[in-house]
Amino acid sequence: MILSGWGRFPRHDARLFTPRGDVALRDLVLSKDSLIARGAGLAYGDSAINPAATVDMRQFDRMLAFDPQQGQLVAEAGVTLGDVIATFLPRGWFPKVTPGTKCVTLGGAIAADVHGKNHHITGSFRSCVDWIDVMLPDGEITRCDRSHDPDLFDHTLGGMGLTGVILRAAIRLMPVESGWIQQETITCADLATTFAVFADRADADYSVAWVDCLSRGTATGRSVVLLGQHARRGDLPASLAARPFDTPQRRRRSVRFDLPSWTLNRASVGLFNALYFRRGQQSAGISLVDWDRFFYPLDALEGWNRIYGRNGLVQFQCVLPPEQAMSGLTTLLAAIAQSGEAPFLSVLKRMGGQQGALSFPMDGYTLAMDFAARAGTLALLDRLDRIVQDHGGRFYLAKDARMSPAVLAATDARAAAFCAWRDARGMRGKFRSAQSERLNL
Amino acid sequence: MTLGPILILGARSDIARAIARRFAALGHPIQLAARGVADLDADKTDLELRFGVPVSLHDFDVLDVAAHEPFVSGLPDLPQIAVCAIALMGDQSQSIADPTKAIPVIRSTFEGPASILAVLANRFEARGSGTLVGISSVAGVRGRASNYVYGAAKAGFSAFLSGLRNRLAGTGVQVVTVLPGYVATRATQGLDLPAALTARPDEVAVAILRAIRKGQDVVYVRPVWRLIMAVIRLLPEPVFKRTRL
Repeated sequence: MILSGWGRFPRHDARLFTPRGDVALRDLVLSKDSLIARGAGLAYGDSAINPAATVDMRQFDRMLAFDPQQGQLVAEAGVTLGDVIATFLPRGWFPKVTPGTKCVTLGGAIAADVHGKNHHITGSFRSCVDWIDVMLPDGEITRCDRSHDPDLFDHTLGGMGLTGVILRAAIRLMPVESGWIQQETITCADLATTFAVFADRADADYSVAWVDCLSRGTATGRSVVLLGQHARRGDLPASLAARPFDTPQRRRRSVRFDLPSWTLNRASVGLFNALYFRRGQQSAGISLVDWDRFFYPLDALEGWNRIYGRNGLVQFQCVLPPEQAMSGLTTLLAAIAQSGEAPFLSVLKRMGGQQGALSFPMDGYTLAMDFAARAGTLALLDRLDRIVQDHGGRFYLAKDARMSPAVLAATDARAAAFCAWRDARGMRGKFRSAQSERLNL
Repeated sequence: MTLGPILILGARSDIARAIARRFAALGHPIQLAARGVADLDADKTDLELRFGVPVSLHDFDVLDVAAHEPFVSGLPDLPQIAVCAIALMGDQSQSIADPTKAIPVIRSTFEGPASILAVLANRFEARGSGTLVGISSVAGVRGRASNYVYGAAKAGFSAFLSGLRNRLAGTGVQVVTVLPGYVATRATQGLDLPAALTARPDEVAVAILRAIRKGQDVVYVRPVWRLIMAVIRLLPEPVFKRTRL
């Protein structure tokens, strides 16, 4: 069957298996020469595709235990963050770290070591994982944590499924008093102002900037910054305080068919950016927003990747160290402006320090942009790779669909060590993805 | 629909798991019945955690018909709703080569389910209320070369349900026949099914909910199969016997 990531680029014809239970999974692991596990398939590229054997883990979807003293949930890898929220938010718990969609599985969140709008304060998904059950090449299951087989724990978080099949994990939720977020909107006229706001408001639990990557001249890097805090019960008006976890059910719209590939171009994206920036100016200030709208605005539009047309989209996400971020971003924006390509939905976040053998985040700033997958944009991305490399940055494998092994090696010294470690543990032959083959991981 | 317990026979299947989740979400206590039911402990915990409803596990062998009466007596409560999701698809080519291989398919798909539903029907009728749901199949609408052993068993099962519905009309007991077309489950895993015609297990669960709520008798999943089967039924036999469907 034809499989792809969220970007629908690249696509591979792959054999998909859907085991039910540890025994069936073990049979697969032992009988296949190579395989990769797949959760919701929301990585943008080919991280969860192995043409010989892709293992759909979504039948491992049971919650196994919850400790309300510690907020620890034990669950199978196919449980999604959306399931976790649906079950536990009404009881006053929320995930400590969440990416931009709640449809990811716990296994996927661990494998990509996802991050959210609070990385500079809370860290990546790693910070909420207590232990992970991993099935190794011999079919045996190991429970690893920070003290038992810490190497396996370290390499599995952010290891893109290349250390084994994640079966179960224990994760910590955090207590919250309501399902609402106090959101503050600040518009910034240029990149320098954007950075100033991030620095000034490092106290905010959550922060993210939507950046206009098409604006030029003095308006280069103008942005709308959103800051957020979980609303306490006392912060809610009386009408909401009575039932603090009842939030409006959003009607989910869907993009039912592919739009023509020219839909997103400089003109249309430029217009969208102008309108979005103006709206940011109009709604500047503090407002109360429900959790779904704050954390998962794009989940409201099912199949939004179809807006990019049949050929799909490519995401470019890099992180730059703090001292290089201003210069790096300015150079990136200049290259984009010069190319005539139009990135959509460009997002900037602050990041803090990070542990792990291959996890993406590092202290600095991360920029993520979507491009339609066309020859022109792919050529631009090669040039952008170079700029990131020159500024000491690196790339997010969960978003990557086309990076070369040379660029990976040049931007991430850990990659070679990760590869050697996999080799030593006998994993390199068994656990492979189209991405790991492309990147020599 | 009151919130009485729902008994799910054949609780291990993908469709049964979807049914359990949908009904637990509404607040129904859940009775899961299957062979070797201790394996389903994780499913029990999952349902209790997610939905906060009581869940009980019950060993059940559809082929051990002598034990069906004591099985129902042994349930903590007589359920309000009983769903039979038990069937055996078997391997048609094997059944042709060795006709004795067809027997377990027929017994697991028709005889056993008919027996347990008959026991439940008597109890529900005596009580004057309840809903029996039999998951049959469009395969039972007309026997065709590629799966007639399974199809025949389902045809028998559908007729049995229809007879029960006729007998129990006006007694306060509802009998629902569910006719899924293609469903993406373990049973159909290796097959290359057309996406537009293939339902997710959850769609079957939702259809059952709707059927009970609205008092429907026969439901197709997906509804397009009602049209497809109407056409299939109309084909004259001299024509149908030459098809390779």
